[in-house]
Amino acid sequence: MIPATFTYKRAASAEEALDLAAEHGEDAKFLAGGHSLLPLMKLRLAAPEVLIDLSALRDLSYVRDDGDNVVIGALTRHHDVATSDLLTREIPLLAHAAGQVGDPQIRHRGTIGGSVAHGDPASDLPAVLLALDAVFVVRGSGGSRQIPAGSFFQSLFETALEPGELLTEIQVPKPAARGWGFQKFTQRAIDWAIVGVAVQGGSVALVNMGSVPLRATAVEQALASGATPADAAAHAAEGTSAPADIRASTAYREHLARVLTRRALTQAQES
Amino acid sequence: MNVGITVNGKDVTADVEDRMLLVHFLRDVAELTATNIGCDTTSCGACTVLLDGESVKSCTVLAAQASGHEVTTLEGLADGTEMHPVQRAFHAEHGLQCGFCTPGMVMAIVSLLKENPHPTEEEVRTGLEGNLCRCTGYHNIVRAVLAAAGGASPLQPPVTASEASA
Repeated sequence: MIPATFTYKRAASAEEALDLAAEHGEDAKFLAGGHSLLPLMKLRLAAPEVLIDLSALRDLSYVRDDGDNVVIGALTRHHDVATSDLLTREIPLLAHAAGQVGDPQIRHRGTIGGSVAHGDPASDLPAVLLALDAVFVVRGSGGSRQIPAGSFFQSLFETALEPGELLTEIQVPKPAARGWGFQKFTQRAIDWAIVGVAVQGGSVALVNMGSVPLRATAVEQALASGATPADAAAHAAEGTSAPADIRASTAYREHLARVLTRRALTQAQES
Repeated sequence: MNVGITVNGKDVTADVEDRMLLVHFLRDVAELTATNIGCDTTSCGACTVLLDGESVKSCTVLAAQASGHEVTTLEGLADGTEMHPVQRAFHAEHGLQCGFCTPGMVMAIVSLLKENPHPTEEEVRTGLEGNLCRCTGYHNIVRAVLAAAGGASPLQPPVTASEASA
């Protein structure tokens, strides 16, 4: 399968990427690792006229200690997030989950920023970053702004990014409550999660249980009231709108959400 | 656009469409056909090559993205007539049946062993989760990786027909 024709541009700097995006407007898409966008283009579900390759922006690939936060460059690959000593020590949920994305080859190419900007509710990392109360830094022609994960994901593949804005950094607060858990259910390693659950302390977020990654607020409230993991997990499907597709019905996803939430909460208790 | 990729140590330059996939560049421009096209959907791993030393699925990389970078295919592993240790291990452990997944498997394993030179059996199995073998010959593939990594395979030898019926 071959994508529809497009013009490839490789930006040498973030400034050049923003200029190219301004020049080409809605005909252009940023290309990071390409492991979400290129498959869509091969299926002709996406057909941008211009691809602005960001891979030369190596200064946007980093994991740094910034006091209360760990800050991660948007072009940091899943492999580098998964193997970061700093993240393994400070935010093991994120390092672990990044190591569960796709397979080794995908993790060598895919980036954390690409996964966030793509806005697929079936992706693992958006829900993980939602559970961690991450903040996304985006740059546009008018300067930078910060968007909390809770208001970033707006609908299926739709985010708070304005046309021409570039996600540059992910700021993740070092969690106060150390217990974490991550569970996902897939048919094959390389598949999107049918359902996934990320837990950090008393925060719980769900993968693929609606058109955006969701906080399981009913579970969080039960936990805050002192419920056991099993009792709290019984609320996991409340307030969700899980899709039905070739892999699973809505009811099955709701069942999985309860089971996986219980496992993730138990894992968090034991971590 | 003009794409120049160092393939197996040799510069290959050509004017190609911007949308050309790396796997097509390797097979049709560089004329190196060990790299197979299997699922064409980033799933099966048959098209795995090394990009700057790391395993990638070349059906999901544009040739343009690889321009200015180094690619290694299966053809680039052997040293003259001397097989690469992973190739030798596949031969010794009978790590292939039909052979279609083999080039991608071998390249994924070279990358895996570079990151983790002495993996456990479990680490080998999870490290190869991006490569599918339609013959389901995984057991001997895992044996080959362990043999390449450290000599004798710690796995149980294959069950023979006479043992199975005993």
